[in-house]
Amino acid sequence: MFKEKPPPEEERKVRANDREYNEKFQYANNCIMTSKYNIITFLPVNLFEQFQEVANTYFLFLLILQLIPQISSLSWFTTIVPLVLVLSITAVKDATDDYFRHKSDNQVNNRQSQVLINGTLQNEKWMNVRVGDIIRLENNQFVAADLLLLSSSEPHGLCYIETAELDGETNMKVRQSLPVTSELGDPNSLAQFDGEVICEPPNNKLDRFCGTLYWRENKYGLSNQNMLLRGCVLRNTESCYGLVIFAGPDTKLMQNSGRTKFKRTSIDRLMNTLVLWIFGFLVCMGVILAIGNAVWEKEVGFLFQSYLPWDPPVDNFLFSAFLAFWSYVIILNTVVPISLYVSVEVIRLGHSYFINWDRRMFCQRRNTPAEARTTTLNEELGQVEYIFSDKTGTLTQNIMTFNKCSINGHAYGEVIDTLGAQPKRAQRLDFSFNPLADRDFCFYDQNLLDSVKLGEPAVHEFFRLLSLCHTVMSEEKSEGELMYKAQSPDEGALVTAARNFGFVFRSRTPSTVTVQELGRSVTYALLAILDFNNIRKRMSVIVRNPEGKIRLYCKGADTLLFERLHPCNHDLMNVTSDHLNEYAADGLRTLVLAYRDLSEQQWEDWAERRRSAERAADYREDRLAAAYEEIEQDMMLLGATAIEDKLQEGVPETIAILSLANIKIWVLTGDKQETAVNIGYSCKMLTDDMSEVFIINGHTVQRVREELRRARERMIESARSREGGKEGVMDWAACSLENGFGGQSGEQGGWHPQQEEKPQQGSPPAPALPSLLDSISGEYALVISGHSLAHALEADMEREFLDTACACKAVICCRVTPLQKALVVELVKKHKKAVTLAIGDGANDVSMIKTAHIGVGISGQEGIQAVLASDYSFSQFRFLQRLLLVHGRWSYLRMCRFLCYFFYKNFAFTMVHFWFGFFCGFSAQTVYDQYFITLYNIVYTSLPVLAMGIFDQDVPEQRSLEYPKLYEPGQLNLLFNKREFFICIAQGIYTSVVLFCVPYGVLSQATRNDGIPLADYQTFAVTVATSLVIVVSVQIALDTGYWTAINHFFVWGSLGAYFTILFAMHSNILFSIFPNQFHFFGSAQNTLIQPVVWLTIALATVVCIVPVLAFRFLKLDLKPQLSDTVRYTQLVRQKKRKPGGRGGRGAHGGVAGLGGGALGRLGRAGSRRSGYAFAHQEGFGELITSGKNMRLSSLALATFASRHSASWIDTLRKKKQQPPQPGGEGSPASSYTAPLSTSSSMLGPPDTQAEETGNTPLGLAPSGSSSAVTPTPVRSPGGESTGGWVVSLGAVQVTPTASAPVSGLTSRISFHV
Amino acid sequence: MMASGYSAKEEDGHLPGASGAAGSGVAKSKKPDNTAFKQQRLPAWQPILTAGTVLPAFFVIGLIFIPIGIGLYVTSNNIKEFEIDYTGADMSSPCFNCSQSSSWNSTWPCRCSIAFTLDQPFESNVFMYYGLSNFYQNHRRYVKSRDDSQLNGDKSSLKNPSKECEPYRTSDNKPIAPCGAIANSLFNDTLELFYIDPNGTRTQIPLMKKGIAWWTDKHVKFRNPGGTNLNLSTVFQGTAKPVNWHKSVYELDADLENNGFINEDFIVWMRTAALPTFRKLYRIIQKKSNMTPTLPRGNYTLDITYNYPVLSFEGRKRMILSTISWMGGKNPFLGLAYITVGSVCFFLGVVLLIIHHKYGNRNNSADIPN
Repeated sequence: MFKEKPPPEEERKVRANDREYNEKFQYANNCIMTSKYNIITFLPVNLFEQFQEVANTYFLFLLILQLIPQISSLSWFTTIVPLVLVLSITAVKDATDDYFRHKSDNQVNNRQSQVLINGTLQNEKWMNVRVGDIIRLENNQFVAADLLLLSSSEPHGLCYIETAELDGETNMKVRQSLPVTSELGDPNSLAQFDGEVICEPPNNKLDRFCGTLYWRENKYGLSNQNMLLRGCVLRNTESCYGLVIFAGPDTKLMQNSGRTKFKRTSIDRLMNTLVLWIFGFLVCMGVILAIGNAVWEKEVGFLFQSYLPWDPPVDNFLFSAFLAFWSYVIILNTVVPISLYVSVEVIRLGHSYFINWDRRMFCQRRNTPAEARTTTLNEELGQVEYIFSDKTGTLTQNIMTFNKCSINGHAYGEVIDTLGAQPKRAQRLDFSFNPLADRDFCFYDQNLLDSVKLGEPAVHEFFRLLSLCHTVMSEEKSEGELMYKAQSPDEGALVTAARNFGFVFRSRTPSTVTVQELGRSVTYALLAILDFNNIRKRMSVIVRNPEGKIRLYCKGADTLLFERLHPCNHDLMNVTSDHLNEYAADGLRTLVLAYRDLSEQQWEDWAERRRSAERAADYREDRLAAAYEEIEQDMMLLGATAIEDKLQEGVPETIAILSLANIKIWVLTGDKQETAVNIGYSCKMLTDDMSEVFIINGHTVQRVREELRRARERMIESARSREGGKEGVMDWAACSLENGFGGQSGEQGGWHPQQEEKPQQGSPPAPALPSLLDSISGEYALVISGHSLAHALEADMEREFLDTACACKAVICCRVTPLQKALVVELVKKHKKAVTLAIGDGANDVSMIKTAHIGVGISGQEGIQAVLASDYSFSQFRFLQRLLLVHGRWSYLRMCRFLCYFFYKNFAFTMVHFWFGFFCGFSAQTVYDQYFITLYNIVYTSLPVLAMGIFDQDVPEQRSLEYPKLYEPGQLNLLFNKREFFICIAQGIYTSVVLFCVPYGVLSQATRNDGIPLADYQTFAVTVATSLVIVVSVQIALDTGYWTAINHFFVWGSLGAYFTILFAMHSNILFSIFPNQFHFFGSAQNTLIQPVVWLTIALATVVCIVPVLAFRFLKLDLKPQLSDTVRYTQLVRQKKRKPGGRGGRGAHGGVAGLGGGALGRLGRAGSRRSGYAFAHQEGFGELITSGKNMRLSSLALATFASRHSASWIDTLRKKKQQPPQPGGEGSPASSYTAPLSTSSSMLGPPDTQAEETGNTPLGLAPSGSSSAVTPTPVRSPGGESTGGWVVSLGAVQVTPTASAPVSGLTSRISFHV
Repeated sequence: MMASGYSAKEEDGHLPGASGAAGSGVAKSKKPDNTAFKQQRLPAWQPILTAGTVLPAFFVIGLIFIPIGIGLYVTSNNIKEFEIDYTGADMSSPCFNCSQSSSWNSTWPCRCSIAFTLDQPFESNVFMYYGLSNFYQNHRRYVKSRDDSQLNGDKSSLKNPSKECEPYRTSDNKPIAPCGAIANSLFNDTLELFYIDPNGTRTQIPLMKKGIAWWTDKHVKFRNPGGTNLNLSTVFQGTAKPVNWHKSVYELDADLENNGFINEDFIVWMRTAALPTFRKLYRIIQKKSNMTPTLPRGNYTLDITYNYPVLSFEGRKRMILSTISWMGGKNPFLGLAYITVGSVCFFLGVVLLIIHHKYGNRNNSADIPN
């Protein structure tokens, strides 16, 4: 840690097998040290870190002040005891953390790896691995350091890695060694290897590596594709050899493990402001008292010198006042108690544990409990106003099920309930007749199976189409054990459906597709794949069946396909269209299937045209599209499929409850608009009750602006018509519309300046348009696509966009990049002053999770990336309602109550000194015993308030779910704000006045019953202190709403502790040992035996508490909060229930009732949203026809595959290096991709990436992660990175219905071994 | 941070993808325990401020406080107290001369006597106090200027008093005993009380000087150095008397039990007052018999040996005579305060009751908005 750092590397030179040479450069070895301290450095380093906290430094400063005898108004220990306590608590926590880090470091450092030393493989500990060593890795081993892959057991030096630890993506990636080194298979030849690598210095860019290998007089360029990074796991590769390039702290993994950005809650910020104010207040008090001191010393003290001479350095009253100021700063410092911060941390920690312990946030299936990964944000969970949610994996399970279909005008599959909320009415179909059926597949309509068995031609053709027209790869490990790898789960679902109904897709070659049709193996010649793209929204295959007939099978979006049907289909189309409407209304994703018979001639002609289009040098894409268009005509309608994109459990209910709690939910997804809208409907974010759903889909700034403006106009119009009578509002709204969003494009927030001018007109109130938009009563929704969002997020439009979006009840942003997700969150954060929460499951959500105030990761899904970046994690979206409405709400409530009480008690405690100042010559004499001052905050009053802060509940958890409106006080920040703070302070000051004046009034004249006056200082001190402890105890008793045994124990225990300690401190024993330290000897006995003292204490307590009680009662009686009412109702119910035992579970009934009421399925006649079930990207058709990806799966093509194993990678690489030109004019294809490419290029520039990864502990590779959701052919513009093909490979997803998630690459091992 | 994260995960040998679903069956369930504590279902008492609890509380407080207040007030009023200012700030005062001449270094004690009349007889024990005004015994520098260790009879502290005593720590290179500003400013007026018979004879009223300090102070806190039976003058040898004192600490009283640090007048003075105007118990006049009042009605003279200058800082000196009840001396404040607070509570109870009945939200489950 303290080692002198060598100058920063400019480039790294590594020579293989030459330790001597490499040692010259003093590269870091492979020993990692994530721990911060060791035994010797712990104390100084930890203290140094702790004193960087302002609060700690402040108390240290006070401590130093106290050492000056002329200033010291308190003994040194009054500050040092709490300070030491606080420091040691923190130190213990740090030490524990560090201990575990040491442990894990040791474990990692002592891992074994095989290192090639002097031509033999030796086991070495990881920490002894040096740069330049060649190490051997075996399957399923962790990569020990950043390695240059030299060779592997697999052909072509390929090897497969899983990078979940690095970027969270669980799919496997392929790395390949340089061809020259891939031949170095055995240790001997590797030992001879003496290549030298010159490469970039260590950095944290996970997706980039740049270097050169010099070997045998040749230069070879190295890229990330040749690197195995530390933290990856080798998969499906028997073994491989790698040259260590970066070791230990220089590895990309370690370079990325930066500190995450520290999030603060709004309460934190408020608290800091308030603490500053209190400091100001403290200084004011100090100044007032110092002035008092000056006056007193001048008028009285000067004369009083015969009894009390000034201390030597003091020669005039001004200097005395100066000292008095500091003295008072010391004794009044307890208004900012040192224990505040520690207590807040303790409370939050407690709340975090409650989240971790919550059984109702535990997912049985995934065996994952909820986890509060940060302990500092809990109360902010009670204030969330905006939730930004990812779709796939968060709202949905990313599982597609083939649910219904319409074949030849006949609808099948009606019997089941799509939401699965109600019990299944029908029996699952039995597919046992079909040995190849997928056991996980469910279907409930016997009719369909019967039709298949009866041999209805349309049904057969329907399933034949499904089994032929796709880009799925099959894999058959053993006979009958089919495994499909579809690039999109819906496609997999369709093929699986066909498989179960007896049309089993078995295998394919580049030119054939083999289908087992009802037990009969049929091989079709695959003539062409007319691949899918976003514009076409359909895909077709042209096959020749064994009889030689050529047929085109097409599946695609209804809108597009219906236009291309043969006119004779008209009636069927109408029927199918009705079915489609039904399906869409249920939120199903639909596809229309059609076919066309082609004659040999037609095919020949068209094939020729296509070839020429393919060969065309320019506008190749357009020409191809045109060619495809040409053949996909006059098709015959077969039917339609409906696929359910399975929602996570309880999503619609959760969304309904959250929106009842006034939380706005925005869905940000990389998915296409149709999919996103469909999900919006199926999870009830969008309903048919909505007045309007605005779709912003413009590609240019002007269009987006116009669309936004139109949306606003519509909303204002309807608001206007509703408020009919109010002329002013109308006029004004129209006016501001004109001025604001009309003509003047580009002027930022055109309507805001307008606002300031408007009030002159009188009638409309000042906070004009936004409030008008806020008050819009109709329900609107906004759907905006990524390319429009890119414009909307520009500086001059963001305000407009935000105001429009916030006026809508639901907002869906589709096709957004990870960066845009973050930008949207940032926008709301910046302008809305609202607490935002982002929830997501994948690496593409990391940026928004990090940006939002609170990030929630869905655990146990795509990877751990989102979880690692998140503040809270759990495995089901529906737990969000519990996290917010129960835990968040409680945390907020508790924290607010805690803070109110805490400030109150410290003001009550400290301000007594201020009043006493007027009676003791402003000499900074304390009222209390110094031990009392020391212990007040840490012993006498800390635990009851902590117990309240941890355990308090106003209403039981079921009620907060039952009445989501209970959540509102948190959003409006009603429970602790500046006003509440001042009320607490006022109450504290009032208490201090009473605590001073009542004993003053009583004791100044009182005598004991043996004649001795009671007005001595010590009696006074004990009386005031005892009153104070009792008053604050009564107050906490009033504040505590939920008296558990622990609360009782702490409250009574604190009082007991006070009296015990009081008597102990004033006891004979301590005095006889330290007579000079325990001046108060005997005071407790002598004081507390007096009835007058107790009468005084009782009087003070009543005077302090009665007004509070009256005030609270009035508030409760006249203006009860919802929580009060709920609580009261609860009480009444309990009382009623008592005689009759426990009544039915009303709470659950309530929730269910609410759910049912709010979510009751409404008839949605007439709505037409056709979902379009394609989630994949184009390009796979080409891959298939070229056979380049065949080695992935096909057993049948074993020989073919092994011969061409590397070539498909090259093809992809080439493909990737020629990104389609963005902004190609006119052609439909490019006009679609253009905005996308611009939006994705926002991610692209290296500097953005650097920034991104810098903030990321695991440094996600932005381009890689974004592509998981929005795979576009356009990737990193650098062009050299080959990340792109990895991505598209990664998108070949597991057939969702398959039981074991075996990645697309697993098969190759079985094949090669 | 991150490194620890990944290494911890691989510990259990769970290889994602490879083991898949099989692993979860074997793995221990991470389901949190179903305890009332962890599930936040601890049984709890949930008090609510309802009219049924708050209003009776107000009435009860009122009904308890008012009688107590009346009792206290009556008791306090039955206590007889007489107070006389003998500072001599006035030209007319008999002590005017003394007050003008007295200073700490005046060697000759100045005497003056003030005549006064008690209108009522003082029954039972009468307590005689001296009172000082504008005297800041509660000043921080004053309060700390003492050495309890020395006063407790610690020998090393006797020779080497605490630094807190500065500037009254040493005098002529000898340690001051008792040191500090409090001891230095010991009240040293002598008060004597004479009853003037209606026929003119002066009888001195016996003043008891024991039992005026806290028992704990007298017997534990203050100790002469070196035990009880030694000659105090030898014990205190090598120490200096406080600057303002006229005689040494071992000359305060002839009685060995009341001399040196355990002199009760000294102990009383050392128990500093909380407020700048205070009284301290000076003497006790014990009741002699049940027949005659302790201080019968009539004329008295107070003879003062006027040593203690207070006029320099505009202080006042008083002599107070008072009887005592079960609750101590005269203290009308407490009684009045109790009556006031009790009445306010009662009144508040009534007002709240009216408000509750007129406007109160008789909340029931029906009006929960949702």
